[in-house]
Amino acid sequence: MLAKRIIPCLDVTAGRVVKGVHFVELRDAGDPVEIARRYDEQGADELTFLDITASSDDRGILFRIIEQVAEQVFIPLTVGGGVRQVEDVRNLLNAGADKVSINTSAVLNPQLVADAAGRYGSQCIVVAIDAKQVQPGRWEVFTHGGRKATGLDVVEWAKKMQALGAGEILLTSMDRDGSKIGYDLQLTRAVTDALEIPLIASGGAGTLQNLVDGVKLGGADAVLAASIFHYGEFTIQQAKQYMAQQGIEVRI
Amino acid sequence: MVDIAIIDYGMGNLRSVHHALRTIAPTASIVVTDDPQEVEQAARVVFPGQGAMPDCIRELEARGLRAAVLHAARTKPFLGICIGLQMLFEHSEEGDIPGLAILPGKVVRFASNLCDAQNNKLKVPHMGWNQVQHGNHPLWEGIDQNARFYFVHSYYVCPQDAQFVQATSCYPQPFVCAVARDNLFAVQFHPEKSQGAGLRLLKNFVNWVPV
Repeated sequence: MLAKRIIPCLDVTAGRVVKGVHFVELRDAGDPVEIARRYDEQGADELTFLDITASSDDRGILFRIIEQVAEQVFIPLTVGGGVRQVEDVRNLLNAGADKVSINTSAVLNPQLVADAAGRYGSQCIVVAIDAKQVQPGRWEVFTHGGRKATGLDVVEWAKKMQALGAGEILLTSMDRDGSKIGYDLQLTRAVTDALEIPLIASGGAGTLQNLVDGVKLGGADAVLAASIFHYGEFTIQQAKQYMAQQGIEVRI
Repeated sequence: MVDIAIIDYGMGNLRSVHHALRTIAPTASIVVTDDPQEVEQAARVVFPGQGAMPDCIRELEARGLRAAVLHAARTKPFLGICIGLQMLFEHSEEGDIPGLAILPGKVVRFASNLCDAQNNKLKVPHMGWNQVQHGNHPLWEGIDQNARFYFVHSYYVCPQDAQFVQATSCYPQPFVCAVARDNLFAVQFHPEKSQGAGLRLLKNFVNWVPV
């Protein structure tokens, strides 16, 4: 059967991998190419790179990182951050990305998702959604790295992105991001049940049980995590072995 | 002389395929090309494909590559990948269009209400690492039964003739994920993104001498 995926996420700024809490307080975690290689050896199912500053100076550095990783690592690579037009999608694919993730620009210009999927195929378009709970059972889409409220309902937005051609949704709970207390399972479940396309749960993984819960209780098709892998608490293998023991189909 | 030509008809990213082939065949001359003549002169041909099949067929025609693909598929070691497998068949439900009709059969979509044994909804596209049950074609040499490969697709092939089937996978029902006939081999998954098992399959292709 199809395996649930474990996807380490590398937040990159100025050529380094960093990790923050609630989208701020960044801490250095190392060299992206080295880290990517290590996760590949440990059996990561995919890798996600998010350019979290996406300033023009950093852009060239990011391209070189992606090129180097793509030459050495033969698993799918997703790259996001600062994707504003179809040309940005093309440039990232040309640098070696297999999928491109679109976040803020999908809200500012939803047609970008349709255009990019029409041109390069849904399989390479991931729409990233930053979600914040606004009342029990209701979550709102935030943009600009979590700074701007949009008034959009997360479940409705995810369905709209699917309709426009997104191949996958990367759903981050801003309330949980960096907290290490586990994914927002209610949010994850609400969105995945509304979708035909796969959902990646993100934001809050701090233990291996959190990964299991993301899949079993949240209903996620893949789980994304950063902190628990970056600082050597757990390897990807350990995560997979634990998930397998809990009856989850994984690639070991 | 070019050892391997990767056919480029403007659909998607061929860089991954190129990197992977260069890694397993460092001394081979490999080109990514949209030139029909270069395809005809190459010793081996890789025919990838991403996106929607109607777009792929249209772009292939627009670049005058149809004849070169048909010729290569009849005459030399030929590896189709993903839409490059689907296009070999007679008809696709995607856009309700004819394919290249190199193999008899059709391409159909996964049903939208699939569930696994625990009654969890199965998403479409079928995306991620799935196990492959394979035959004993030389391209499977050194690859374990039930090895996992990376898939991403919403449509799958239904060959009319079971003798051409070289592998299946399950989602949740078995579907065909590799076919072979004479000098031709084609897979639904992405060997270039399937780590060790994928690289091994590409290496087997590069060393393959069809009988």
